[in-house]
Amino acid sequence: MSTELNFDQIRLPPECDKLRAQVRAFLAEEVDAGTFLPDRPGHGDSHNRAFSERVGAKGWIGMTWPKKYGGHERTFLERFVVTEEFRVANAPVRLHFVADRQSGPILLKYAPEHIKQDILPRICRGELCFVIGMSEPGSGSDLFAAKTKATKVAGGWKINGSKIWTSNAHVADYMLGLFRTSPPTKENRRHGLTQFLVDMKAPGITVNPIIQMTGQHDFNEVVFDDAFMTDDHVLGEIDGAWKQATSELAYERSGPERFLETYYVLGELVRALGSAPDQRSAEGLGRLVAQLHTLRRMSVSVAGMLQTGKEPVVESSIVKDLGTVWEQKLPERVRELSAFLEPESGNRVTLDEQLAFAFKVAPKLTIQGGTTEILRGIIARGLGLR
Amino acid sequence: MVTESDNIVAETAARIFADLADPQTVNKARDDSWKDKLWRALEEAGLTLAWVPEKQGGAGASLADGFAILSVAGRFALPVPLAETLIAGWLLARAAIKAPSGAMTVAPARPRDRIVLNADGTLSGSAVGIPFARDTQHIAALATGDKGASIALVKTADCRVGQSENLAGDASDVVTFERVKPIRSAPAPFDVSGLMLMGAAVRSVQSAGALQTILSLSVAYANERVAFERPIGKFQAVQQNLARLAGETAAALAAAGSAANTIVHSDAFDDTVFLEAASAKIRTGEASAEGSAIAHQVFGAIGFTNEHVLHRFTLRLLSWRDDFDSESHWAAALGELVAKRGANQFWPTLAAR
Repeated sequence: MSTELNFDQIRLPPECDKLRAQVRAFLAEEVDAGTFLPDRPGHGDSHNRAFSERVGAKGWIGMTWPKKYGGHERTFLERFVVTEEFRVANAPVRLHFVADRQSGPILLKYAPEHIKQDILPRICRGELCFVIGMSEPGSGSDLFAAKTKATKVAGGWKINGSKIWTSNAHVADYMLGLFRTSPPTKENRRHGLTQFLVDMKAPGITVNPIIQMTGQHDFNEVVFDDAFMTDDHVLGEIDGAWKQATSELAYERSGPERFLETYYVLGELVRALGSAPDQRSAEGLGRLVAQLHTLRRMSVSVAGMLQTGKEPVVESSIVKDLGTVWEQKLPERVRELSAFLEPESGNRVTLDEQLAFAFKVAPKLTIQGGTTEILRGIIARGLGLR
Repeated sequence: MVTESDNIVAETAARIFADLADPQTVNKARDDSWKDKLWRALEEAGLTLAWVPEKQGGAGASLADGFAILSVAGRFALPVPLAETLIAGWLLARAAIKAPSGAMTVAPARPRDRIVLNADGTLSGSAVGIPFARDTQHIAALATGDKGASIALVKTADCRVGQSENLAGDASDVVTFERVKPIRSAPAPFDVSGLMLMGAAVRSVQSAGALQTILSLSVAYANERVAFERPIGKFQAVQQNLARLAGETAAALAAAGSAANTIVHSDAFDDTVFLEAASAKIRTGEASAEGSAIAHQVFGAIGFTNEHVLHRFTLRLLSWRDDFDSESHWAAALGELVAKRGANQFWPTLAAR
């Protein structure tokens, strides 16, 4: 615990430039082929199996993982480049991104060897979609209040209960779920939860759609009714998942997806303002550029520190806190800065459509993957306050 | 790199500051006699002319070492013209002008102030907000003439110094050059924008250091101060505020560190340096306002007293925003550059490194 914050000065090495050019060329081809519309976030299917398989074929899923599991043993900085280019292009990565970012690394660490050999190469090929099963109707941020039970039976476990807000569940092949295997103890309320790999095709699993306020369908409720999982689907220590849940979140928290979610409205604002904006617009734009540049430098720095084996837990939580608050506020700032533009400005319609979508998406940005309040609690703990 | 732990020069600076410029001691001092002792120690250690090459009478430290010294100076909210003397020495070295000993400052400190090099070799013009001018023996000026930009070394005593102070009470004077004959002048390799970029990076690094200190002070206080039978740091409302202070501090450290690191590795003040230094000045300026407000909120009434050290940091943080141009001016300039380059170049510019 320390109040000393550190951001190593990391520059992307030259191999990243080459990779970036390859990624941009690939994305341009996909746009030309009509795979997705870069200017129309929220339109089209964000789960695109064929696209994910083409991304996998390029070697851009599981980039940092060992080659023996289908990975590519590339650096966190190279992965950073791929992630930010895909995000800025509004490419449909939902099918593979959860597996790439967090499920794969957890399997790498905790899954039995034969499962790793079976599943990880398929993730890398873009064939598998993962869903995270954490929240329940009675437990969201309070992860350790989870009640959905896994009960020991001969040869495995039977799961009963339900998970909610499960993005991807309706298309997912597997879930990484947190289930109660023992009651919490008096001394440790976090005790008694175990992480499982769940085959979403197993009998006894029902997926009920939940439509969001954007009109999109990512959320679901997943109901387990005596769903059976074999023993080898237990990940890590039985009853001890809380020890696993906290350590490997650094790469989940600080990636470029944590501040680029609404980037498109800024890009479109630059187009709308033209080459000689008035002073008010120029100042507003300049501040947004400085803030985004700073977030990106922080995020690159965390990626670089992860590469050298450091665990910048506080710094990565800060990137997510600042980044998500920023990307949430961005549509508001762009709305203000575009208020006095002529209605017939060339891309006014596009900008207004993008803003309309961004305003609807904005509320979730500081909730998903750990709310602002939870993150700030983690930062406070890191500072030595709890 | 602006890291202290592996930097002997910065460690030396930290030791001297801790011995002779401890904020608590300085805050209680009844006169300025401590400043002479401090300055002598800094000169003896070669820190004041760190950015002057050895053959021009300086210590010949690297740019990185100099930024590391300034980061530590920021942590102490040092109220002597060390940063200004460093920049002045650096500026003189750009024109191969030998640096004098003693305290120096630079002019202009706002890009709209013009100092003119007349045909007869004298300087005319006026510059506002010149930090510590009255406390210095020399001023390194960046002047414009018929043949472009020049760097000139003048005696402060030859200029008219109109006294003015910043929020923290440090001198921030108006310096008027009335046909002042410089000790020496020579062509500059850049115009006034180069000096502004360097100044912006320096102030950003100092500010990030000061923010790091108010974060540490605030967390320590929140863990000690008991209210409602608990340390106030146990209250979630206070924790959330301190987490935000940590966020602002982190942003300032990252932005300032990146700008300094970019200048260290650049040959010229190009668009990349501009993006980095402008962003750092803008973002550290914003962090200074947000961060200072949070720190004061955590400390409550005691932090609002003259006897407490907090104001030494917060008032300098707020003042430094105006030196070498405010975040509003830098933002307008950065916005104009981005607009001029156009939408298609926007992301490639940001993602270039």
